[in-house]
Amino acid sequence: MIQALNSALDVMMARDSDILVFGEDVGYFGGVFRVTAGLQERHGLERCFDAPISEGGIIATAIGMGAFGLRPVPEIQFADYILPAFDQLVSEAARLRYRSNGEFWAPITVRAPYGGGIFGGQTHSQSPEAIFAHITGLKTVIPATPYDAKGLLIASIEDDDPVIFLEPKRLYNGPFDGRHDQAVRNWHGEATAQVPEGYYRIPLGQAVVVRQGEAATILAYGTMVHVAQAGIEDSGIDAELIDLRSIVPLDIDTIVASVKKTGRCVILHEASRFGGFGAELSALVQERCFYHLEAPIERVTGWDTPYPHAFEWDYFPGPARVSAALRRVVNDCGVVG
Amino acid sequence: MSRNQVELALHIPTPRARPGDPVDFGHLLIADAGVTRRPASDAAEADMRDLPYGLIRILNDSGQAVGDWATMEAPAFLRDGLRAMVQTRIFEDRLFRAHRQGKTSFFMKSTGEEAMSVAQSMVLAADDMCFPTYRMQGWLIARGYPIVDMINQIYSNERDPLKGRQLPILYSARDYGFYSLSGNVGSRFGHAVGWAMASAYKRDHRIAIGYIGEGTTAEGDFHEALTFASVYRAPVILAITNNQWAISSFSGFAGAEQTTFAAKAIGYGLPGLRVDGNDFLAIVAATRWAAERARANLGATLIEFVTYRASGHSTSDDPTKYRPADEAAHWPLGDPIERLKRHLIEIGEWSEERHTQMEAELGQAVQAAQREAESVGTLGKSKPPVSEMFEGVFKERDWRAAEQCRELGF
Repeated sequence: MIQALNSALDVMMARDSDILVFGEDVGYFGGVFRVTAGLQERHGLERCFDAPISEGGIIATAIGMGAFGLRPVPEIQFADYILPAFDQLVSEAARLRYRSNGEFWAPITVRAPYGGGIFGGQTHSQSPEAIFAHITGLKTVIPATPYDAKGLLIASIEDDDPVIFLEPKRLYNGPFDGRHDQAVRNWHGEATAQVPEGYYRIPLGQAVVVRQGEAATILAYGTMVHVAQAGIEDSGIDAELIDLRSIVPLDIDTIVASVKKTGRCVILHEASRFGGFGAELSALVQERCFYHLEAPIERVTGWDTPYPHAFEWDYFPGPARVSAALRRVVNDCGVVG
Repeated sequence: MSRNQVELALHIPTPRARPGDPVDFGHLLIADAGVTRRPASDAAEADMRDLPYGLIRILNDSGQAVGDWATMEAPAFLRDGLRAMVQTRIFEDRLFRAHRQGKTSFFMKSTGEEAMSVAQSMVLAADDMCFPTYRMQGWLIARGYPIVDMINQIYSNERDPLKGRQLPILYSARDYGFYSLSGNVGSRFGHAVGWAMASAYKRDHRIAIGYIGEGTTAEGDFHEALTFASVYRAPVILAITNNQWAISSFSGFAGAEQTTFAAKAIGYGLPGLRVDGNDFLAIVAATRWAAERARANLGATLIEFVTYRASGHSTSDDPTKYRPADEAAHWPLGDPIERLKRHLIEIGEWSEERHTQMEAELGQAVQAAQREAESVGTLGKSKPPVSEMFEGVFKERDWRAAEQCRELGF
């Protein structure tokens, strides 16, 4: 996935000299996860450069550049560190177009690795997508495969509105289905890791049905798409799996069509449960599919605690919890999956 | 059609040496030992605006203590400092290896920077409060915090004092004057000021010391803390450890091409000292000076410690990717342990034999502590009860914790 993201940035920088990449350690070093490796060398010191350790400053200056007419793609080193920039994102980037009646806007794409499964402790593991989804005026995109990562990043960069682009860091080097006691896999040989070299885009707001099924619908994004597949496999239940790919804009039609078909819904995310994005999904599904639902909607999520270092796998919502939730929604009406 | 005299161009800072280049520290402003003057600790800030551009150094190249700042320190005190620095280095080398052996997930070393945490830990009072950075294990070691408990924390095992909730080395040790660490940088700098303001409000005697790296002076936290410290004349020492590198970003990305970090004090009306951070005696003297000033109700002092991060940022980092591999060896301010050792030998209070013997002793002590911690377990082999995950979110658990703990089967 790292190479796919790198390729997206490379392709776009070659196409448009108004695209600048900057952030902590992204320049000469190429980023702590190597996503920007080689970009400074290929596109020049002024196109991909290091930034002071100032997330608020990084986003504020990106907005100013965007207002001038550039298309900046700043990196926040870990999504956990984005909060000093929160005011800039909420009060500025998200509202600039609205409050200036279209005189100014912020065509920025903020990349940030997020999520757990790497023993990163409280400040290198969080999943903050819900707090951005709550802010009207921000788009939030989360890829689950290298192919999608490149196409979605290109579409995000081309978007004229501010996009928070969250990269599941546990997927950087290979798929991860939550079976943490098995050998680490890499992307080599995976169909979704076949990434074309040149330009292509995946429009924001289009979910993808990863697996067709009849017994229940699973809504997931990021790392949890892979965990869902393992959970489906373990449970033996014929579930339909939807990868949302972007949570704002949200592909509500695909979600509703699937839940109306299956009558059951399980929502997954790594983030804490209370007030998480699953709460919004659950409300939307209930509002639109109430008369089709055969069982209460289930949420499989991180617990309502900070991300605890020693308890990585007790906290992380793994395949066992997914398959248990699938069994619950399916068995609720006596239907055996 | 330009209205300007010249075409505008964007300046991007570039370090003087990258891998393969000859090391170049020519840009550093380095005064000789003993040259920078020592004003009285109650001097007016307006009369000290030269100090941020000097460099307080006491130990010269021959290991002698020279100049206005040189104070008579008891040899036993200096030997204790040397011991704590050596112990810190041995401890970190062993635990770094433990990480490489898969015994934990993460580790950070302070190699070359041991003098600041150790000296300041020894100078400040037991009930003062330190708001540390993550490169300050020396503070705990100098105060006799049990090394086995540091290792238990690093292994997140059943005896981890922080119950497995925190990343390795992000300690909290209230009884040792050591405030809870976080992986976010800079966010506790203002806490130090608030703690000091509270002490002043309560007519207490305690002072605080807050630390921040030079890279992190770019965060708003730094500037906010300085503003509050200045406005309320908080009894606090604000220390910048300028170790030249913030992961791969050289200090130029925090403004070092323009001015010194100590000089940031001037804009806030605070005294600013620039101190050799590898000179144990200079750190002791400058810290005593700033503490005296704070205790006299004269408010805060900003101190820049000029040092060098001889190790990588963390176990996840490889510094040879972005700086010359031999840069540490050419650091013009030397190694803090070697310099204090030479001084003690110079004044007849130490010897190579005693040093070697001490290293052996400390190595054995760390090894014994490591063995004890490993008998409890390394990361993943032992952990606190899983129910601990749900404790401490609030003072009292709410229904969510109870329900989710049940859901998890505990």
